[in-house]
Amino acid sequence: MINNMLPPAVLLIFGAILVPFLRGKIKSWYMLILPVLVFSMLIKLPYGNFWTFEFWGYELILGRIDKLSMLFGYVFTIMAFIGVLFALKVKDNLQHVAAFIYVGSTLGVVFAGDFFSLYIFWEFMAVSSTFLILAARTKEAKNAGFRYILVHLIGGLILLAGIILYIHKTGSAKFNYIGLDGIESYLIFIGIALNAAAIPLHAWLPDAYPNGTPTSTVFLSAFTTKSAVYLFIRTFPGATPLIWIGGLMVSLPIFYAVLENDIRRVLSYSLLNQVGFMLCGIGIGTELAINGAVAHAFCHIIYKALLFMVAGSVLQMTGKIKCTELGGLYKTMPITCLLCIVGAASISAFPFFSGFVSKSMIISASGAEKIVALWLILQFASTGVVDHAGIKVPFFTFFGHDSGIRAKEPPWNMLLAMGIAAFICIFVGVYPAPLYNLLPYPVHYQPYTGMHVVGQLQLLMFGAFAFTLLICSGYYIPEIKAKNLDIDWIYRKTGGFAYKIFDIVLNNINKIADGFVIGSAKFLTNFFKNAFAKLALFLFVSFWLIMGYRDKHLDIKKNKLYDDIMESTLPIGIGAAVACFFIILILMAS
Amino acid sequence: MKKELTIFDNPKNVGKFRIFFYITLVLLLVSEFFIHKHHGFAWEDFPGFYAVYGFISYVFLIFVAKILRKIVMRKEDYYDK
Repeated sequence: MINNMLPPAVLLIFGAILVPFLRGKIKSWYMLILPVLVFSMLIKLPYGNFWTFEFWGYELILGRIDKLSMLFGYVFTIMAFIGVLFALKVKDNLQHVAAFIYVGSTLGVVFAGDFFSLYIFWEFMAVSSTFLILAARTKEAKNAGFRYILVHLIGGLILLAGIILYIHKTGSAKFNYIGLDGIESYLIFIGIALNAAAIPLHAWLPDAYPNGTPTSTVFLSAFTTKSAVYLFIRTFPGATPLIWIGGLMVSLPIFYAVLENDIRRVLSYSLLNQVGFMLCGIGIGTELAINGAVAHAFCHIIYKALLFMVAGSVLQMTGKIKCTELGGLYKTMPITCLLCIVGAASISAFPFFSGFVSKSMIISASGAEKIVALWLILQFASTGVVDHAGIKVPFFTFFGHDSGIRAKEPPWNMLLAMGIAAFICIFVGVYPAPLYNLLPYPVHYQPYTGMHVVGQLQLLMFGAFAFTLLICSGYYIPEIKAKNLDIDWIYRKTGGFAYKIFDIVLNNINKIADGFVIGSAKFLTNFFKNAFAKLALFLFVSFWLIMGYRDKHLDIKKNKLYDDIMESTLPIGIGAAVACFFIILILMAS
Repeated sequence: MKKELTIFDNPKNVGKFRIFFYITLVLLLVSEFFIHKHHGFAWEDFPGFYAVYGFISYVFLIFVAKILRKIVMRKEDYYDK
């Protein structure tokens, strides 16, 4: 029965194509129902491998369903629903289509049981997320998007090299636990680490994410890094380097988060810090630590999205996003302010908010393994989170000095999306049992002991006390409009030179690939002339609709394309693209 | 125009909020003597360890960030030049 259904990834990716054709209420309902449909499908799936195909003698598995992949599947689908609801009133089809393809390919990565399908979805993710950055259509977004895709393509190539060596060595494309052993495992490790924004491969994240649209950054914050965390849990649990990479990630970005002025950049550094906690858990590798990492990924996706939604709402309603330009917004945006405080309390791991029940598992695991230095770093980092996410973001946005801005609350759909996220944060914090039941290992952990609660509250409240003293004495670090240099300095300042090298290398690869594709395309165009013309029309009409062509312009373009195909005067690039799509369709049908 | 919230414009309210905050801090320190402590690191038994560690961490964070700012801060249009 399951093999008669489409895999969740394919459902969302193909579902995306319809979005530009729909209008008004039907469109809104369609976009909201897609993630609900996927979620109801996931709930019914039993454990096992589904949607398996033969491909060149290798087995492709599009549906590896077990406890681990399922939990990530759930949270990504919930997040997709929240994200779509938040972006419901956005008129830009490019964003909606890119978001659905992005979510779909992330689910593809999560459920992939073999490296081939993993890699294809991995690249889909990189490309679709780039469009979410470009969607802002500013100069900064364009440049940051370009750097983003370049970095991810290089990361993808490293991953691919590792995959090829791995398949050569094991003779199978299937993967599960890999462990750091041999050159191929290190290449795969680096490929995943780049998507996890692991230090020192992290700079693309605070470079790109703050440049998205108010709604697209919400999607970006959830999927790429956490799907990499999932893969790390799958392939490298207990890899010692992850402990220390994680240790660097929890501690270094918080200093930047203190300095940054752009709220979405503060949240981006905070995201690095949170992923650091997860990597520490994976590196420790005990059942408690892995459970902690998975639980933290779940909680983090929701509360970080909540905080990015608050930042997005503020940006949309005020047009401003810098601490120096904001302040006093609680007066006219009290609901958004309250939701922000829920997000801030969750990320700071206040008892009865979601971060508390997951982060404390990781810290306890480091204590149980007696890794003293890590334990101290994690506790220090917890205080750091209080500063930038717990206090700085709400304080400088909604309180602090009155900026004079009197913005209204965001529209109902945005408030509702934030409300759902806030509800999950509190629900999981108060009643963690349902989440604990979904974790990969049985949970014997009790977060609510007197010592945990009092210890954590002391840590947080005395951190806040230090803030009070510092800000009253005027010693607290002032907000300044500035650029703080990070590792991306290396490729941004030496970028011109690197660009030339890439230009030469990539163009030559292109030429060779073109020759191959053109050859096969010519064969196929002769063969399937008519079917081909219809398919091309379908593809390009969707594309043109996204690009905003309507009525007359659309008709002219349609007729021209059809004539071109039937008279074989079609530009070869388009022919090749359609031919590739055709090959994929044939492969899927067979 | 909708009615605005102004509770924090009144210094009296800010004062009340601050007193509430300080009372919470004291309660947190006191409550430590009434809870059962389970096996952890030896220093966790030291009364007020978390309070002290949280406070010091925070001051350390801001102190180091101030130094870091001197090293990494550039003008906003640094990369555009």
